[in-house]
Amino acid sequence: MPEQLLFAAEVTLNGLMAGVLYALVALGFVLIYKASGIFNYAQGVMALFAAATLVGIMKGQVPFAHLINAIFGTKVHYFGWTVPALLAILLTLVVMVVLAWAVNRFIMRHLVNQEPIILFMATIGFAYFLEGLSDLMWNSEIKKLDVGLPQGINLWIDETTFNAFGYGFFIDNLDIVATVIAIALVASLIFFAQYTKQGRAMRAVADDHQAALSVGVSLNFIWVMVWSLAGFVALVAGMMWGAKSGVQFSLSLIALKALPVLMLGGFTSIPGAIIGGLIIGVGEQLFEFAIGAPFLGGATQNWFAYVLALVFLVFRPQGLFGEKIIERV
Amino acid sequence: MKKLFATTMLATMVAGPVMADLVFPSLSYRTGPYAAGGIPFADGYADYFTLLNERDGGIGGVEARVLECETGYNTEKGVECYESTKGEGSLVYQPLSTGITYQLIPKTTADGIPMHTMGYGRTSAANGKVFSHTFNYPGNYWNGASGAINYLLETNGGDISGKKIALVYHNSAYGKEPIRTLEELSAKHGFELSLIPVDHPGQEQKAQWLQIRRERPDNVLMWGWGVMNQVAVQEAANIRYPMENFIGIWWSGSENDVLPAGDAANGYKALTFHNVGSDFPVFDDIQKYVVDAGKAAGAGDQIGTVLYNRGMYAAMLAAEAAKTAQEIHGTADITPAMMRDGMEALEMTEAKMEALGLPNFGPAFSVSCENHGGPGLVGVTQWDAGAKQWSLISGYKPTDADVIGPLIEADSAAYAEEAGIEPGCS
Repeated sequence: MPEQLLFAAEVTLNGLMAGVLYALVALGFVLIYKASGIFNYAQGVMALFAAATLVGIMKGQVPFAHLINAIFGTKVHYFGWTVPALLAILLTLVVMVVLAWAVNRFIMRHLVNQEPIILFMATIGFAYFLEGLSDLMWNSEIKKLDVGLPQGINLWIDETTFNAFGYGFFIDNLDIVATVIAIALVASLIFFAQYTKQGRAMRAVADDHQAALSVGVSLNFIWVMVWSLAGFVALVAGMMWGAKSGVQFSLSLIALKALPVLMLGGFTSIPGAIIGGLIIGVGEQLFEFAIGAPFLGGATQNWFAYVLALVFLVFRPQGLFGEKIIERV
Repeated sequence: MKKLFATTMLATMVAGPVMADLVFPSLSYRTGPYAAGGIPFADGYADYFTLLNERDGGIGGVEARVLECETGYNTEKGVECYESTKGEGSLVYQPLSTGITYQLIPKTTADGIPMHTMGYGRTSAANGKVFSHTFNYPGNYWNGASGAINYLLETNGGDISGKKIALVYHNSAYGKEPIRTLEELSAKHGFELSLIPVDHPGQEQKAQWLQIRRERPDNVLMWGWGVMNQVAVQEAANIRYPMENFIGIWWSGSENDVLPAGDAANGYKALTFHNVGSDFPVFDDIQKYVVDAGKAAGAGDQIGTVLYNRGMYAAMLAAEAAKTAQEIHGTADITPAMMRDGMEALEMTEAKMEALGLPNFGPAFSVSCENHGGPGLVGVTQWDAGAKQWSLISGYKPTDADVIGPLIEADSAAYAEEAGIEPGCS
């Protein structure tokens, strides 16, 4: 096989893996938009907050230590214990559920029946608040996330492809884990939405929340549940991205990676988020390999992802899998 | 009312002339995506002035006051910070951002306030005949580029012809700074230069590192900042790129950049213009007079980290320039114009640094009107993942003035023409 073709195949595979990571972020947006029609600007910051909380709990960090020390003149930073990764993940989930409850109790409940733009603005405010809260609770240091996720080249793939083609493909172990987790996550979410009582209630609220309300579905419960699910997805995304770069403020910017995925896959489709992520991942990596790096000076991924999404948008405004909404006068 | 006014006037006259504080603004960024780098620098900067106040009673008997303003590493906010603090008698600005520096060069020149951009900003500001109020001693980006190549020459028996060297850079004005110098050096030494940009913020670099894996460069240089650094070090480890062949600029060489990758970052190198670690007498004083006294700007746990040391070093150079200005003008209560004179006459000797409790902390150098950049001496540090510490593995060595000098001349001449400046020393 010609060398360039092998390189292209390697880039495509890595693009697919990168796409899965984008899709993980996009899933959180889809869940909330599907159930409440809210574009949650804070989804990226939720990933940062979840990952920072996970590391903080694992390391036994005292939350709000800086504030406590400043007020009381103490010098406390750590409790002196560490928490195993699995237990820390469960405790973080509890924190994310409490956060979901607080969002609904103190923000969303007061904005029922408001225009979507108002709800969107509320999530912008929430994002900035959560950024500050995250810094205040766990400080802004870059933290190493060590939950035992494997990283680095997969030697089996490297050797197998080398024996077959004379060129060893690079696939990151972390990306393989992310793919497995994403598949499990999507399967669980689809199962939950299709076959459980709460899932069916969530879909009913998504279709028509007034009709759902009239048959006894608790809107508050559903919204807390959906925000909790989005918090869970944010934790998974935060763990995957945090393993690559450490847990730090920039995690909140991963939302930028999800936007073209949403534009392409549609805001209301879980499979759309996955397919959109894969198309964006492969598209941007292949464009960089074939055109960006050799002819345009490189670093084309960010803008090309949006160009790709815009092209799809022109021909299919609701996205690949989004619902077409026709409002009749 | 008249009585009150008269009493106030009388009290003021009886009290005699009151020395104003020496104001050192700190355009810091404790929030936003780069806060992890901005906090230790700002803490180091503030703590050194607190030490001078607590231990020595200030500089020449006048208390130093650090005026902190949050920029969030945002250029517009940085300019706002400058405008809102310049009227406070600010003596010297350290904008801590190349973008803010570019905006402030004409403003500070017009306002007659000096600016110090240590290891960043506009490289050609080293030409003091054009940039009268901007200083970038003791080193700049082009010194960094040349220092990296000199180090590779040294470790390759003086010959790097035919070698492949890749530059992974932040796709911004900052990241592009070394390209021209490296291209000149490539022509001079015969190495093949490959340019690999990474878009902001740099969380996704898969394509770049696959390219490096395919091209197999002998060395990779990096001009990164923020999350780009951590991801690059991790990706280099993922493709099993030899860490000892990977060298970052000084803004890609802090603990923040290597700790997330754990043991995989062992052996990674970074350029520097100052020493690392906490094994210097000055830190004992900072602990005693500042941290233990509860007057530290932060938690006091950053002492000895690369960026804390850099902030402290910047404060030390500012304080020494202020002392020089006080000596030149025979007054402790100096103005920004006097401070500029002090910076232009600054001389840092090893004896002076030793007396300050900072032996071999930075290179010995002197500043002049013609040369606001100092000698451009560059050292190399290496990360030991086991010990979790950086070590200086080379001395501060000279860079290629034959290549850098003409580039500085050309760029500063272009600026002079654009800004209508008649180059010269008064």
